[in-house]
Amino acid sequence: MTLLGRFDVEGEATGVALALQQPLSFWGGVDAESGRIIDPSQLALGVCLAQKILVMPSGRGSSSSSSVLAETIRRGTGPRAIVMASPDPIITAGSMVARSLYGIVCPVVVLYKAEDLPADGDCVSITVAPDGAALLTVDPLRE
Amino acid sequence: MSLILHDTDKAILSGEQGPAAAFAHQILTAFAHSVNARAMIDVSGAHIDGCLYHGQVSLDFVERLLALGGRVKVLTTLNVGSLDLIHPEIMLQDKVEQVPLRRLMTAHEELGCQSTYTCAPYQTMFRPRFGEQIAWGESNAIVFANSVIGARTNRYGDFIDLCCAVTGRAPGYGLHLEENRIGEILFRLEGFNSAELERDSLFTAVGIIVGLKTGDRIPVIEGLPRPRDEDQLKGLGAAAASSGAVGMFHAVGITPEAETLADALGGREPIATFVIKPADVRHALEHLSQARDDSPLTAVCLGTPHFSRGEWDRLLALLRLSQVGSRIPIYVNTGRETLDSLNQSRSFDGVQHFDIRPVVDTCTYITAILEKLDGVVMTNSGKWAHYAPSNIGVTVAFGDMEDCVASAVAGQVVRNAR
Repeated sequence: MTLLGRFDVEGEATGVALALQQPLSFWGGVDAESGRIIDPSQLALGVCLAQKILVMPSGRGSSSSSSVLAETIRRGTGPRAIVMASPDPIITAGSMVARSLYGIVCPVVVLYKAEDLPADGDCVSITVAPDGAALLTVDPLRE
Repeated sequence: MSLILHDTDKAILSGEQGPAAAFAHQILTAFAHSVNARAMIDVSGAHIDGCLYHGQVSLDFVERLLALGGRVKVLTTLNVGSLDLIHPEIMLQDKVEQVPLRRLMTAHEELGCQSTYTCAPYQTMFRPRFGEQIAWGESNAIVFANSVIGARTNRYGDFIDLCCAVTGRAPGYGLHLEENRIGEILFRLEGFNSAELERDSLFTAVGIIVGLKTGDRIPVIEGLPRPRDEDQLKGLGAAAASSGAVGMFHAVGITPEAETLADALGGREPIATFVIKPADVRHALEHLSQARDDSPLTAVCLGTPHFSRGEWDRLLALLRLSQVGSRIPIYVNTGRETLDSLNQSRSFDGVQHFDIRPVVDTCTYITAILEKLDGVVMTNSGKWAHYAPSNIGVTVAFGDMEDCVASAVAGQVVRNAR
């Protein structure tokens, strides 16, 4: 299956989807040192974001989330990419800052169709289409 | 609907105003794209919420701007940091731990920011004017600027506020634009007696209720009493921005863009209407306290957002009136400018029977200042009561300023002292 979206931060990434049903606030919701989810209201409590393609409906919470996201990317504990159904400027800012400071790219994709979000465990590959759009190849087989 | 960059923006991006402005504008452009802004606009001021240390990245960002020769382009004030630089002796972190926290604050000064270190920049000489386009961080300051002053800012924060300051540009969307400043949800106060309307805590409670019910929309509040001063509106806004994501409110007949209900709603019908009754206020305030009356008191924390000169005058008058003093510390967060003016006018004379501890540049709920965290801490701030339990692990009792003073004297939580 392929999906299309727009890049808020452009780049390529491949990994296994960690799909959250509820939006995650990085500030107060993620421990930057370990990359683990510490928000007790998340079903994925305790799961590590590292190497994952983080999939969620949207972002949430304080603008300090930009700092926490950027700090996880710096430490290598953050996700490889973030895929959402609606845009979140706080996520965009965090990823842009990490790219600008450290040259580490964590692409941020907003899908054109909200109902298309990849499922947990899907293998997702993100590439740049010729027209600049985000092209996601989603393989439901687990890695 | 895509972003169109002006020649000014293209020039900044191409490095005409130096590599730091280009670096900042790249981040700003991605942000503007993400919020579907159609153009960038000029801003004449910024307030930066970047002095709180969230990890190495906080410092790396500012150091990079400095290394690129960066300098803020507009009048820029600073929000609180993690340390009280004027009273370093009250900080409980060890000296090594303080190094990056202090560097983060001074590095912002080197970028040309004013060393205000206050969450209430609207109380300083740098207060913006009605209609001014600004880029502010810090939730209470944003809601105050939009609602009480009528200046225009979105809810900016980490990195983006500084990118605006370094470029003098901001994404032209949301509350910067006239058409997005119209109220959508109506709250009507009903059934309050005059004593209930006089309390500061009424404003706090209304703020909490409004924040919980409006999310990030714009509330219109009808039936509020004429506030005694701006501080009551400050308390309302801070509470609303703590319990919800409110960036602006209208109070009919009180705030500048809400002369009438029709003005506040832009002539439209509200999307929803809620009635606030005395029982709702009591309920909201009960939720701010985890401690019962008569619980032993460890400390009192006032000044979140930072105590104004007017609040100090009311507090000091209460303390002078009290025959009996107290050894329970009363921490009061305030701005440097305000504390200077108090010291100059010898305002602390006659209150030596109390243990008043002014705290500047930071706030007692975000850093290590309180000596004792066991027992109950009392506050008159809805914002402090909302965040302190999770931030620093204290048990909170909420009450008006009069109750806080009476509780300090009694050594235990006392309510309805007035």
